[in-house]
Amino acid sequence: MNRRELLTGLMGAALGSTALASITSASASLGEKTIREATASIARRRNRFPNVVLRTHENKLVRFYDDLVKEKIVIVNFMYVGCRDGTCPLTTANLVEVQKLLGERLGRDIFIYSITLDPEHDTAAVLQRYAKSVGVKPGWLFLTGKDDDIEKLRKNLGFVDLDPVVDADKSQHIGVIKFGIEPLERWGTCPALTKPKWIAQYISWLEPQGERPNGRPKQKRASGRNLS
Amino acid sequence: MSIEIIKSDRRKKEEIAGKYMQEIRDIVNARLSRRELLRMGLVMGGAGLLAMHGMQKFRPYWAHAQINSGNLKLISPKNTPSEDQLPIPEPVRPTVLNPAPTKGPNLSLSALNGFTEADRPDHQRWTQFGGVSDTLPGFDGPQYELIAKEVVPSFYPERDGIPSYPIWMFVDATNPSYVGPLRFNAHYGEPIVVRIHNALPEDNHGYGINQTSTHLHNGHNGWESDGGPIQFYDKGFFKDYHYPNVRAGFSKTHPTSTYIDADGRSHEVPGDFRETISFQWFHEHRFDFTAQNVYKGLAGFYTLFSNDINLDTGDETTGLRLPSGEYDIPLIFADKVFDPTTGEMFFDLFNLDGMLGDKNTVNGKIQPFLEVKRRKYRFRFLDGGPSRVYEFFLSNGQPFTQISNDGNLLPKPLVRQSIRLGVAERADVIIDFSKYRRGTRIRLQNRLEQVNGRGPTGKILNPGDNVLEFMVGGDAQDDSQIPDKLLDLPSTDVSRAQIRPWHFERRQGAWVINGEFFSPDVVRAFSKQNTAESWILTTGGGWLHPVHIHLEEFRILSRNGGPPPKEEIARKDIVRIGQNAVGSVNTGRVELFLQFRDFLGKYPMHCHNTVHEDHAMMLLWEVVE
Repeated sequence: MNRRELLTGLMGAALGSTALASITSASASLGEKTIREATASIARRRNRFPNVVLRTHENKLVRFYDDLVKEKIVIVNFMYVGCRDGTCPLTTANLVEVQKLLGERLGRDIFIYSITLDPEHDTAAVLQRYAKSVGVKPGWLFLTGKDDDIEKLRKNLGFVDLDPVVDADKSQHIGVIKFGIEPLERWGTCPALTKPKWIAQYISWLEPQGERPNGRPKQKRASGRNLS
Repeated sequence: MSIEIIKSDRRKKEEIAGKYMQEIRDIVNARLSRRELLRMGLVMGGAGLLAMHGMQKFRPYWAHAQINSGNLKLISPKNTPSEDQLPIPEPVRPTVLNPAPTKGPNLSLSALNGFTEADRPDHQRWTQFGGVSDTLPGFDGPQYELIAKEVVPSFYPERDGIPSYPIWMFVDATNPSYVGPLRFNAHYGEPIVVRIHNALPEDNHGYGINQTSTHLHNGHNGWESDGGPIQFYDKGFFKDYHYPNVRAGFSKTHPTSTYIDADGRSHEVPGDFRETISFQWFHEHRFDFTAQNVYKGLAGFYTLFSNDINLDTGDETTGLRLPSGEYDIPLIFADKVFDPTTGEMFFDLFNLDGMLGDKNTVNGKIQPFLEVKRRKYRFRFLDGGPSRVYEFFLSNGQPFTQISNDGNLLPKPLVRQSIRLGVAERADVIIDFSKYRRGTRIRLQNRLEQVNGRGPTGKILNPGDNVLEFMVGGDAQDDSQIPDKLLDLPSTDVSRAQIRPWHFERRQGAWVINGEFFSPDVVRAFSKQNTAESWILTTGGGWLHPVHIHLEEFRILSRNGGPPPKEEIARKDIVRIGQNAVGSVNTGRVELFLQFRDFLGKYPMHCHNTVHEDHAMMLLWEVVE
C-alpha cells in the first residue's frame, strides 16, 4: 500500500466516506497542508458538541450539531416553562427583544435555541403552546428531548455549577446565553439579562463584516479629529 | 471502550496513551512520521484507527463536559521535563515608524503592510510627551513596531514528538525571525510610541478572535492608549499606543518631586518619584475574548527603568544595584492543556468558572530548565493566567528575597518562604545561587492546590508541581547587591477621599457588581481628575478574584478590617479578594486608596481571572474634570 492510499484509507476511517468525498473533491488540487487543516477543523468543529437528537416545539426531530448548529450563527440558552424563581420569564422576554432586533436575519443565518431543563414536563406540545404565547418567529426553536441527551448537552455547553447540590437544582440554573459563529469557531457568553441591544451588538462584533463599537471595520475613518 | 474511560483512573488513561503510542510506532514503520499523522488530526493509524472508530465517544471535546464537575479532564500528552531551555525574552528594537506617528489616527497607510490606523481619540498630552506637533506627523523619542500574527512555535521538547500548531503572538517587526516572548526596556523620562498591527488570521484553529486591543498593564496612560476591552480593531488595521513613561502626579499633585539617591545625589523629576513602577506587562484585552486571546499567546513584558533618578537603573553598578542585564529575567507562568489526540493547545470555550491547564509553561516552554551562574539573579514573576493562582516555593527550602509587588518596589526587601500570585500579579524576587556547588539542581515549585477555576483550595502540597528547574553552573562576576532600603511609599491621605463601595457577586453563573451586569455604554463612577478615593471591595466566599483597576496603582488599607500582610504594604494594581485570597482565609472586604491623576477617560475595573472577566466581571468608570 503506498502512502497516499494509506492516508486516504486512514482519513476515510476517521471521517466517514461522505465527508472525505467532499473534502477530496473540493481540494483535489490543493496541497497536503490545506487538506490537513480542513480535516482538522471539520473534525474539531464536529467534536465540539454532542450530536444528540432533540425534538423541536414543532414536533420535529433534529440533531443538535448537524441540523441546528453547523454552519450557523446561534444563540443558546436553557430554560423551563415551570421556572418561577425568576430569570426564565425575564430571559425569554429579553430574547423577544433580541428577536425583534435580528429582524430578517433570524431564521436565515442567525438562530435562537432555548433548550428545556425539564424535558419531563416540557414536551413538544407544552413548548409549542409556550412558544406561541411568547410569539417566536421562525428561526427560534424551543427544544426538548431525552433526559440523558439534554444533560449531556447542558454539561458540554458549560451550563453547570461546580457545586453538585446547586447543579442538581433546576431553579438555580445558570442564567447566561452562549452565542457563536459556528463555522468560524467563535464562541462568546454573556448574562442572559444583558440588555438586548448589547446581545445583538456582541454577535455583530463577532462577524468579520459586522458592526464595530466605533463604526464598521472597512469604513474609511474620519480625519484626525478628536473622536472621544 | 466508551466515555467511561475518560472518567476512570489515571492508570487506565496511561494504558490508552501507551496503546496509542504503539500504534504510532507501527505507523512510523510504514514510513509516515508521527508528526504528520497527528497533524492530520487522526487519532491513530492503520488497524488502531479502525479499532478506535468503534469508540464513538472517545472524542477530545467531550472531555470538557464532565459529569460531576466543570473541570477539564483532558490529560495532555506527557512531556519530558527539564529538556528545553527557558526562553529568554528578547528586547524589542527601536525603529523609525513609517508613517510617522500623529496625534490623531494616522491619515497615511503603513509602509510595512499597507494597514490603516484604527479609529481612536487623539493622544492626550501628545506634544507634552514627545509629539512634535498637534497637526503634523512626528515623534521625538523611541518608536517600536509590533505585529500580532500567527506563529508556529513548540511548547513540547523535540524529543516528545508532539507537532507544533499555530498560536498567536506579538512579533517585533524589526526582528521578525525571533518568535518568543518580547520585552520592552523602557525608561522614565523617555516617552515612546508603539505601533501594533493586527495581522491575525480569520482562521482561529478552534478558539480566539482576530480582533485585538493591547493593554499595557498597568501603565499610567491616557485612555486612548490604554487598550480597553471595547477599543479593539480588526485585521488590516494598526494602532499607535503612546506611553509617556511618566510618574503619576505630574499634572497637579506633584508637578515635580526630588529623590535623593543612594549616593546622596538629588534628582528632580515630574510626578511623584514614589510612584515609580518597575515591571508591567502587555496583553490582549478584547471584550469577551480576553481569556482566549491571551491564552493563545498575546502577551509580553514591559520593564521600566528609573535610571533618571538613579534608582532601578538596569545597571547593577548604579542606583539600587539590583541584578541586571542577563541576570534580570522576566518569567511568565501560564498553565496550558493540550489535546491528547493531536497535541494542539486546547481551550475550554464553555467553562464559566475558570480554566486550569495541566502543563506548566514558563516563557512558552513546558517545565524548562535554566542554567544559572553562582551569583544573584532578579526574576520577575508574572502569573499569565488564564485562571490559576500560584504559590511558589524553592525545592530546597531556600527563601526568596522579594523586592517588589505588582512591579512596584517595596519599601524594603522582604525575605519570604513562598510567594502567592493571582492572575496578572507580579513579584520581583532575588535568588542567590552563590552558595551552591556547580551541578546543584533547584526547582521552582507551585505548591498551592487548585482543582477548579474558582480558586485554590488553600492547601499547600508538598512537593507540588515543578515549574522551572535551575541548574547551577560556574562562577560569574556579581556587582549587584540587595539594598537595605528600596523606595518609600507615597502618602495616603484618606481624609478627603470619596468612598465608593463595590460588591462583587455571582448571579446564576455570571457576575454582577453592585447588582448590575456589565454594559459597554454605562459608566458606573465618575471620578474627579486629580482627586483620591477610597474603594471598598466586598464579596462572598467560595471564589477567588484578583481584581484589577486600570490607570493608577492603589494601596490596600485593610483586609477584613485589619492591616494587610507585610508584602501588601506596597503599591499594587491587583488585589485578591474572596476565598483563600491570603492563606486559607476568605477576604470578604478590602479597602483601597487610589487616585485619578493626570489623564481623562474611561477605564475598567475587572476581575483578572480572565474567564470571569469575559463573563463579564467588569465595569467602566471615568475620570472627568
